[in-house]
Formats: sequence, C-alpha cells, structure tokens
Amino acid sequence: MTTSVPVTELGPADLSPPKSFLEVRDLRVQFATDDGIVKSVDGVSFGLERGKTLGIVGESGSGKSVTSLAILGLHRTRSNAKVSGEIWLDGEELIKADNERVRRLRGRKMSMIFQDPLSAMHPYFTIGQQIVEAYRIHHGGSKKAAKQKAIDMLARVGIPQPSRRVDDYPHQFSGGMRQRAMIAMSLINNPELLIADEPTTALDVTVQAQILDLIRDLQEEFGSAVIMITHDLGVVAELADDILVMYGGKAIERGPAEAVFRTPEHPYTWGLLGSMPRLDREVRDRLNPIKGTPPSLINLPSGCSFHPRCPYAGRNGDRSFTERPELTGTTHAVACHMPPELRREIFIQEVSPNL
Amino acid sequence: MSTPLLEVTGLQKHFPITAGLLRRQVAAVRAVDGIDLTVNKGETLGLVGESGCGKSTAGRLITRILEPTGGTVTFDGQDITHIKRGPLRDLRRDVQMIFQDPYSSLNPRHTVGTIVSAPLQIQKIPTPQGLKKAVQELLELVGLNPEHYNRYPHEFSGGQRQRIGIARALALKPKMIVADEPVSALDVSIQAQVVNLLDDLQRELDLTYLFIAHDLSVVRHISDRVAVMYLGKVVEVAPRDDLYAHPRHPYTVALMSAVPVPDPSRRDKAQRERVLLTGDVPSPIDPPSGCRFRTRCWKAQDVCASEQPPLTVLADGHQVACHFPVSDEEQHAAGSGRSAAAAQARDKIATVVADPE
Amino acid sequence: MFAYVVRRLFNVVITLLVVTMVTFGVFFLVPKLTGSDPALLYVGKTADAAALDGIRTKLGLDDPIYVQYGKFLQGLVVGRDYDAGPDTTHCAAPCFGYSFKTDQEVWPYLIDRLPVTLSLALGAAILWVIGGVGAGVISALRKGRAADRIVMTTALAGVSLPIYFTGLVSAAIFCYWLGWLPPPGYVDFAVNPLEWATNLLLPWITLAFLFAATYARLTRANMLETLSEDYIRTARAKGLRERDVVGKHGLRSGLTPLITVFGLDLGSLLGGAILTETTFNLRGLGEATLTSIRQNDLPIILGVTLFAAFFIVIANLVVDLLYAAVDPRVRLS
Repeated sequence: MTTSVPVTELGPADLSPPKSFLEVRDLRVQFATDDGIVKSVDGVSFGLERGKTLGIVGESGSGKSVTSLAILGLHRTRSNAKVSGEIWLDGEELIKADNERVRRLRGRKMSMIFQDPLSAMHPYFTIGQQIVEAYRIHHGGSKKAAKQKAIDMLARVGIPQPSRRVDDYPHQFSGGMRQRAMIAMSLINNPELLIADEPTTALDVTVQAQILDLIRDLQEEFGSAVIMITHDLGVVAELADDILVMYGGKAIERGPAEAVFRTPEHPYTWGLLGSMPRLDREVRDRLNPIKGTPPSLINLPSGCSFHPRCPYAGRNGDRSFTERPELTGTTHAVACHMPPELRREIFIQEVSPNL
Repeated sequence: MSTPLLEVTGLQKHFPITAGLLRRQVAAVRAVDGIDLTVNKGETLGLVGESGCGKSTAGRLITRILEPTGGTVTFDGQDITHIKRGPLRDLRRDVQMIFQDPYSSLNPRHTVGTIVSAPLQIQKIPTPQGLKKAVQELLELVGLNPEHYNRYPHEFSGGQRQRIGIARALALKPKMIVADEPVSALDVSIQAQVVNLLDDLQRELDLTYLFIAHDLSVVRHISDRVAVMYLGKVVEVAPRDDLYAHPRHPYTVALMSAVPVPDPSRRDKAQRERVLLTGDVPSPIDPPSGCRFRTRCWKAQDVCASEQPPLTVLADGHQVACHFPVSDEEQHAAGSGRSAAAAQARDKIATVVADPE
Repeated sequence: MFAYVVRRLFNVVITLLVVTMVTFGVFFLVPKLTGSDPALLYVGKTADAAALDGIRTKLGLDDPIYVQYGKFLQGLVVGRDYDAGPDTTHCAAPCFGYSFKTDQEVWPYLIDRLPVTLSLALGAAILWVIGGVGAGVISALRKGRAADRIVMTTALAGVSLPIYFTGLVSAAIFCYWLGWLPPPGYVDFAVNPLEWATNLLLPWITLAFLFAATYARLTRANMLETLSEDYIRTARAKGLRERDVVGKHGLRSGLTPLITVFGLDLGSLLGGAILTETTFNLRGLGEATLTSIRQNDLPIILGVTLFAAFFIVIANLVVDLLYAAVDPRVRLS
C-alpha cells in the first residue's frame, strides 16, 4: 500500500535516482496570458508504481489535468507554456528529453483516456482508422494486421460485433461505447502508464460503473500504472490505491486512499467530503459546503492558497496568510500549518461527526 | 401537506422523424411516453434517470416550454396542457425554471440587474419599492452582493451565475420551480452551497420543487419523494427514504448500486453487490415491447415482453411499474445487501454476453 | 443519401425556375409599370414606329404576361421562333432571347465569352486556394510570430486594395515598365496554351491576391480553432508526428468550412468577374454584363443574370454534396 515516495526527501535540488516507476518532482507549469502568468501547477511531487493506481482529486482549476498533460509532454506544442521540474518514467527524465523522444513514448509507453470521447475522437475518421493509426505510428506493419488488432482490442473492451463496428464513425457509437473505443485506442500499444482524465464524467452512472469495472479489469490484465484524474471522490474511492488532493495548483494532501478517506487531515479535504451528499450515510439536514470560491491562478492568495476559505486559518497566527505550507509527512502528507495533533483532534471532534 | 399542486397524467411527447423525398414522418422519438406524476404543495419531487430517459423533456412539458403530444398537465386545478399565449404568460408567474448551464442561460450582454428584472418588466409587476430595490432584494435573497447589480454575467463564477439564475426565477414569486440539473455543472464545493440555498429558499418562500437530476446522491439529499424514469416511462415513485432503502424496480436497484461509494474500505463489498447492467439503453424511436427495461433486466420473463406493466401501488406505498418487483428478501438474501440480485444479474449477463446484441 | 441528392437536384430546378420568374418579371414587367416601352428598351431610342411595332409582334409584347413567360420558358427548353410575318428568326434551345441591338442571339454570344471567364476564374481559383490556404496554415502554426504578422498584414492589404488599383499598377510595372509579361489579353487555350497562360498570368494573380487574402484569414481562424479541438490533443497523445497532426487531422476539418466559401466565390465569379475583366480588357461574361448594362441591352442582361444564377445554384449543390463526402456526420444522418 505504501507506494508513495516521501516527498520531504525530494526537491528541485535532489539528485538521487528515482525509486518509483513514475516519479514527478516539483513539477511547475505556467502559462503566459494577456492577463498575467497563470500558475496552473505549482510544485507538485508524487510517485507511482506499476500495477498501482493514483487518484488525483480536485475541482476545476486545481491543476489536475494540466499535471497529466505535462507528463505526456502535451504542453510542448503550446508556445506560451513553461514546464519545469522533473518527470521520471522508468528511469528516464522527460522534461529535458527532446521532442522526438517524448513523442515516441506518447501513446506507446504512456497513454491517455480523455473525458469526452465524442470530442476527443476525430469526427471524420472511423473508430478503426483511429485505432489503426495509433498502432501503426509505433509499430508499423500492414494496415490489415493493425485492423485485426483493433478488432481484437474492441472485442476485449466489450464492444459487440467488433468486426462490423470497427468501420463505424464515432458519432454512430453511444457515449459508453465511445469511451470503450477510446480505451481500446489508448491500450492498443500496451502502455505501462495509463492516464485517465475524468474518464466517466460525461457518462451515466450505470455506464460509469461498467467503464470503471473495465479499467480495473484491464489494469489487472496489463499491469499498467494508472493515474485517475477526477473531481468525483466516489470514483477515486473505487479505484485508487493512493490519493493526491490538489488545490490551486498545489498538492495539499497525499496518502493511501484508506487514510485520506478515513482520517483526512487538510481542511480542504474535509470541505470536499462535507460538501458531498452520500448514499452510504443518513441524510443530513444540510450539507457543509466550503465557503467562497476557488482562487484565481493568476492572483493566488498569499501564504496558504486555501486560507480565504479555511475556517481554521486564524489558528496559526500570521502563518496562514504569509507563509506557504509545505507538503510534509511520509506516507500520509499534508500541506497545512496546523500541527498534526491539532488537525487530528479537529477532525475527530468537529468534522467527522458531520460527515 | 398532500394537496397536489401539479398533476400529470399520461403525459407524452413524441418528436417526429422525417425521411425520404417527401419528408414524410416515418417514426417518432418517444421522449416522454405516458407518465403520471403528482407534486404536492411544499414538497420536492426528485426526478432521476439517465441521459435520454426523458426527464428534461418532462420538465419542459410541465413548464409548457414544449407542448405535450398527449396526456394532461394540471397546475393548481387548471388544465394547462394546451393553454395559449395569454394564460401561458400567467402560468409563468407561478411556474419558473432553473437550467443546468449557468454559462449559456444568461445573456452575456445584459447586466445582472437587467436579467433579474426582466420577468418583472415583462409581466408588468408593480414594484412599490422601485425596480432596482426589488432586484437588489432578490440578489440578497440568493446570497449575492446587491451592489453587483450593474455587473455582467462573465464577471461571476459558475456558482454565482447559478444564483443569478435562481434570483431571476424567484422574481415573480412563483409557487413552483422546475430545476433541471441545477447543480451538475458546478464543482462539488459550490454544488453544496447551491443545494443549501435551494433548501433555505424552499423553507422561507414555501416553494414547491420538481428537481430533475441524474445525481442520485444530490436527489436523495434534497427530495421528499423521488420518481425514477427509464426510456420515457416512470418506473418507480416512492418517498425518499423508502426508495433508497428498499428499491423495488430492478432498474432502480441497478441504478443505486452503480453509484460509487466514497469509502475505499467498502470498495470490495460495493463491487460484489453491484448490479452491472450490460449494453446500452434501447432507442426511444423503437422501444422494446412490453416492459422497456426487460432487455437489460435479470428478472425478465415472457410476460415482460408481451405486457406493459402499469405503475401500481404496492402494499408498502411504492408505486412501481414492474411485473416482478424486487422484494426485501431478495435484497437481503445471504445477509449481504444486494448480493443476491447481483448474483442473479451476473448469471443473466453471462448469457447476454454469450449472445451479443 | 440517394434521396438526399434527388431532393437537392429537385431544389435546384425549383430555384432556377424561381430565378427565371423573378428576372423575367423584373425585365419585362417593371418597364411596363414604370411607363417605359419594353420594345423601346429592346431596340434603343433611335428606332422608328414601324420597327417598334415589328419588335412588339416579334417578341409577343402585346400578349399577357403569363403567355410571354410561357414562351420564354418554352424558348429555354425547346427553342422558339420569333415570327413577324414574312421574316422568321429561329432561336434554338436553349433560347435566351435575341439581342436586336447587336443583332444576334444571346446564347451563342454568351457561350462565346464563357471560355474567357472560365479560364480567368479557374486559374485564379487554383492560385488563391494554394496561396491563401498555404499562407493561412503557416500563419496559424506560427501564431503571433513574424511569419504570422507578415501574412496577416499582406492579407489586410489584399482585402483592402481594389482590383483596378492592384491590376493597373501591376500591369504598369510588369508589362510596360519591366516588360516581363505580355499585356493582358485572351488567347484561346486550343490555339496556344503557353500564350493563354502568360497572357492571363497577371489577371490571375491580381484576382487571386484579392481572394487569397480572405482565404488566408479564414484558414488561419479555422485552423486555430481546429488545432485547439480535443481530437487534435488526442492525435498528439497517440504519438503522431506534428506534421501528421496538422496535415492529416487538422487540415481536413480545418478546411471543411472553406468549401462553402469557395463554392460561392467560384460560382459567382463564373457569372463574370466584372472588375477584373474590364480592368484587363478581357471579353468575358463580366465584360458582357457591363457593356449590356451600358447599352440597355435587355436580352443580354437577362441572359447573363440567368447564367450567373445558374452557376451559383450549381455551386451550392456541389458544396452540399462535397460536405456530405467529407463529413460522415452529414452523410450518414
């Protein structure tokens, strides 16, 4: 279970070789815009082993999708993006690697499933053509052989009559079937790292259950490392071994799924859990929302970015308003100025009874 | 408490499909195909179902944004099924709608003041305190800063925009609000703020809600009673706690078990008990004969294909449209929740998978 | 799909019929209502009374309007005779009428000029599509950099400068001052293909410059939009080379909207490029339009109008069919 790399030992100056299959160190992604510099990801570090699943949770603008696109090197084509830090995949550093090298890894060693399969597939090409293309760019070979592979993969992800449906266009598929086809496309090269960016957000709940089931099965079969990006705590709870909670471009809590759900320590995580009505609990009279709105990534609040919304910000003297909290702790790490004992006490006494 | 404010019987909406040289109607999308619903004064009826089940169309029929193909809609004792423009405008005072997308349902070129005051001006409602003051009171009511009267929608966040939409809906002091997925475009933390606001407003203003959503947890939180739709039909209606504790329709059982539980320690149990439906919802153009759910139902028998089950009241007060409602024994068989149903479903699925389509 | 094509063809026929009705109405009815004599318009002001009467009978101008329209349609489909007692003029189908001013049938007159306009329009179209789309794509890929600025500034100049300015200035420079090109004119392709091309080169470039400017801007906007689509991100995530991402996935959907614009532009140009033809003294349909308007030569005005309408309607049809060929969502719905 303890797959996480102790982040305190890592940093920009850290020269130790990576210990995990995927290791992200102090990742920063900034976009220059007319309004100013958008700090989408601001110093995020984590590790992930083969066969394990990391859930990255956060609301819109938290930087979770930008992080995943950075791993695939997809910000390279945007001239206004600046990416720094280190991304180690299987012992190879990706941020400093040249474009051609990263391109060869993309779709082969690491691949991605996107949120809305209708807009993520080209409307003018058949499902088969798109999967065949994904295979042949890395393996070459005849179109015929590749198409047979595509049909086999479509069958594997549960598409009925794959040899006929392979020639259909994306708009002829239902939402769930499209997402299956998208999964088939991202798995066609047997990638070792699979990033799923809100893979079920556009889907109905019964279809979501099918797709999550499929991802779980496929991970067991192929042994890939999976990053599951979502805003839905239910979805991460279903799949993730480890969880990383992001807020305002920073990782604010990270640890094994059980620990983050059972004994969360960051007030933002508490807020997320309190905001959510749950079917496995008695109905509460009122939800406990987080006050205010998510921060602007151009003008992040000083100190702890969460302080304007945090009910406990005043408990640390000036620190919450002036000093940025570091993510500290080994297995279960939290970026909060409150001492761990106090956080645990508040959770047990004030927060937990209302969840 | 149980005086009906809205009564819907046999409501239908068929959208024609034309084809061929002469564009003759060859078929129809039976989006809503004969539903019965009652919403009582002061209560919240949740309407859940997956995309394409007809719940949004039903909302639009009830608010008369669309005209029904068949059936009747009675609001406050008045038949509004086919009312014309004049009376329709009067109806708008009593029934208002809140939409899903706070980005596209507000005109970007109008200020908040203009947007919220529009219903007052169109209906020529006198505002003794002055229009501006009236709008500012509304803004305050929904938790917005009244000084933001002159700002434009793009200056607000998603949650604030949804509040503007709510303020606009409240301007005419309606009796009933039809909310179509009002929180599904919002982030979790903001969702909770808006849900709480809707709760507070109902209490303060004695509102009646029809709350249309696909999120079963949110619907459970806000509703007094819940109706479940599948492929243009209502398959089950029951008081909230009854429905969630003892779902009777197999589709409701599957729907509830599909919701991911935010508790990793219950992950294995949840997966074991999950009833995984296979395949897709059939097309509303050519729905299955008899019970519409039978093609994906593990309890289906011959009668399900030949006879359409009517929505009937069971002994425990559930209204269910099913020939073989799921019993408590089935649910609690082997002492572990829905595992019996899940096991049955898995057997059924094995046969379905062996025989594609 | 078959039903779709048949329905579209049916629409074309109806549209053309409506166009003939409107044109007919305008050219035959309006003069009547305003009090001027259509016969006079036909022959010009110098004709004497006897000639006018002859024309009137010949054209059936005394018949009720629907009879006149019927005969006009009949002329289009099977041809007609203009009967004025002893002398009968036969006008074979498709009969667009007879120009008494120039004493010739309209159809052969226009057909004679068609190759000029066709050569001009098609040649220019090839140039502006290659130039405009190419510049637009480069501009989109180099957004905000020097290449983009140069292309967009040039495009702005192209859109703003009128054709008689660019045409005359470039003719002055290249033909008369530098002497690199022969003075613009038309030599039949069948007679001498090389001269056909060199003579038309300047008109092509001038006309293409105007359109290329618009196409560069359109292409740039469409490509920028397409390149920000999710499926482009997917193409990159698959590991495609950037040239395939842009060339295969980007261009196909980025250029689709241009089909509409191109169809309409080409369609209307085939009806005559009035400014270009007159600037370079090319005797095409556009020049015919201008001359006939100057001379109040109604049958020819009517003829060129129908020609132009025909090309636009056909271009529209071709656009719709092309769309269906390119976009499976159109084809399969």
